Amino acid sequence: MRKYIIKRLLQLIPILFGITLLTFVLMHTSSVDAVDMMEQNTGMAWTEEQKDAVREELGLDKSVPVQYLNWVGNMLKGDMGTSYISGQPVLQMFLSRLPMTIYLTITSILLTIALSIPLGILSAVRKNKFTDYFIRILSFIGNSMPGFFMALLLMYLFSLKLGWFPVMGSGQGWKSIVLPTLTLAIAMSAKYTRQIRATVLEELKKEYVVGARARGVREKKILVRSVLKASMLTIVTLLSLSIGSLLGGTAIVESIFMWDGVGKMAVDAILTRDYPVIQVYVVWMAIIYVMVNLVTDIIYHYLDPRIRLQENS
Amino acid sequence: MRTKKTKIKFIILLILVGILLFTAAFAIHLTPYDPYEQDLANALAKPSAQHLFGTDRYGRDMLSRVILGAQTTVFSALALVLIISVTGTILGMVGGYFGGKTDDLIMRISDLFLAFPGMVFAIAVAGVLSGGLKSAVIALACISWTKFARLARSQTLTVKEMPYIAAAKLSGCNGMQILLRHIFPNIAGTMIVTAMLDIGTMIMELAGLSFLGLGATPPMAEWGSMMSNGRSMLQTCPWIVIAPGIAMFVTVALFNLLGDTVRDMI
Repeated sequence: MRKYIIKRLLQLIPILFGITLLTFVLMHTSSVDAVDMMEQNTGMAWTEEQKDAVREELGLDKSVPVQYLNWVGNMLKGDMGTSYISGQPVLQMFLSRLPMTIYLTITSILLTIALSIPLGILSAVRKNKFTDYFIRILSFIGNSMPGFFMALLLMYLFSLKLGWFPVMGSGQGWKSIVLPTLTLAIAMSAKYTRQIRATVLEELKKEYVVGARARGVREKKILVRSVLKASMLTIVTLLSLSIGSLLGGTAIVESIFMWDGVGKMAVDAILTRDYPVIQVYVVWMAIIYVMVNLVTDIIYHYLDPRIRLQENS
Repeated sequence: MRTKKTKIKFIILLILVGILLFTAAFAIHLTPYDPYEQDLANALAKPSAQHLFGTDRYGRDMLSRVILGAQTTVFSALALVLIISVTGTILGMVGGYFGGKTDDLIMRISDLFLAFPGMVFAIAVAGVLSGGLKSAVIALACISWTKFARLARSQTLTVKEMPYIAAAKLSGCNGMQILLRHIFPNIAGTMIVTAMLDIGTMIMELAGLSFLGLGATPPMAEWGSMMSNGRSMLQTCPWIVIAPGIAMFVTVALFNLLGDTVRDMI
């Protein structure tokens, strides 16, 4: 087991190199110059000499391969660079934003589980009855609704019209997390409910369910003890994908609600060409990708020991 | 019975999608006003008989902009889905069938793109191509083909083991012939359904990038960027956000329904 985990973690290295190199090349072929963006940010006109001085200071005057090697060298020493805009060390900046994203990830995942598992099962049990149609229509609507439209509608209704929740910002206690959580959870629940319904229907057809019914086991017990347990693989797959993308920071929801997480940090950095911040974000995304895949495979193995842990997924 | 009902549903949906595509294609001739003409005296007008969806902050007619926005968004999304499904299917089939180093290489590249955040790509491509919706399409294409490649690969791996493939090999077909004549027809259904169900998602992703300012830029009539512009006036003029939002919801819903129906038919 330990050997397996180490092997999988080693896969992180080529992905990290590939992905950071790709970002570097892409960012440096971009026609928008970071120094020009900094100039715009200060609101003052800089002379060419001043710009060159800034370039030299940031190491932007060197060739791309040299810059990349410098960056890798510094990273191995634990220095991820400083933000062009705020001058803060980017690692510190990133770590201060991360808790907000984790907080939002946890609340929206919990709400999604609480909504979609009962709804999915209910919909399957009441197949082709009114409850099923109703749940399916809701889930269809949720699936076809763009996240930012949902966010703006919720904001309009609950913040602007009813005044229940703050319009934006992450500084007003529990109230500020309600709308971002709802936005994310509605979209995810719509998808989950549909999948869980399909999986449960599939399971209900199997012989062991017929057998249990014939033996007189109560329907509720069959559902919870057997069917739900057998549907766990689907649920875990869905959850791992969602957690992966949520931990990357949901750029749109975080920017709409001014939620100070890593997604908003990334959007801001991208719009101002703050390369060191973008690099930290890209590294984080690669780590999440590898870790989520690894953890999912291990959970699969525990849920269904027939699934073997392979070195190449 | 079931199939007859599905067939009727399919025809109705096809007609609706046809109307949508027609509107999108001939948008310029169908708009009641010029979507780009400013009329500052009439700015931020409420929805009325003259302006069904109201006007935006420059007095431009929202209905006209929403109609033109259909052209921008729907055709970009269709082009995007076509590019990624074709590229992904080819790469996935080649990797799955030939295996070995080719397969390893394709899968490692797809890992790389899967882990790569779309936003970063969008802005990088935008920088090279001087921005706009085209770069958002290219950026999304770069990261989204992986889904089709993985699906086509796993499907190919299953089909490859079938006895008729062995028979084809014995009768002297080469790799290319087997891929085209024997493997592709067997996985085409799954790939088409996946592609159709992806149209709605891609419409939302493209509009999302534009919403963040990483795709279409003003004054271009595009649903995502129109909604982003209306954000700050949500309190006083909600129609600027709601009109393109509903248009988008209806469009995505239509494509999703069509995709579901096609899946039921296959």
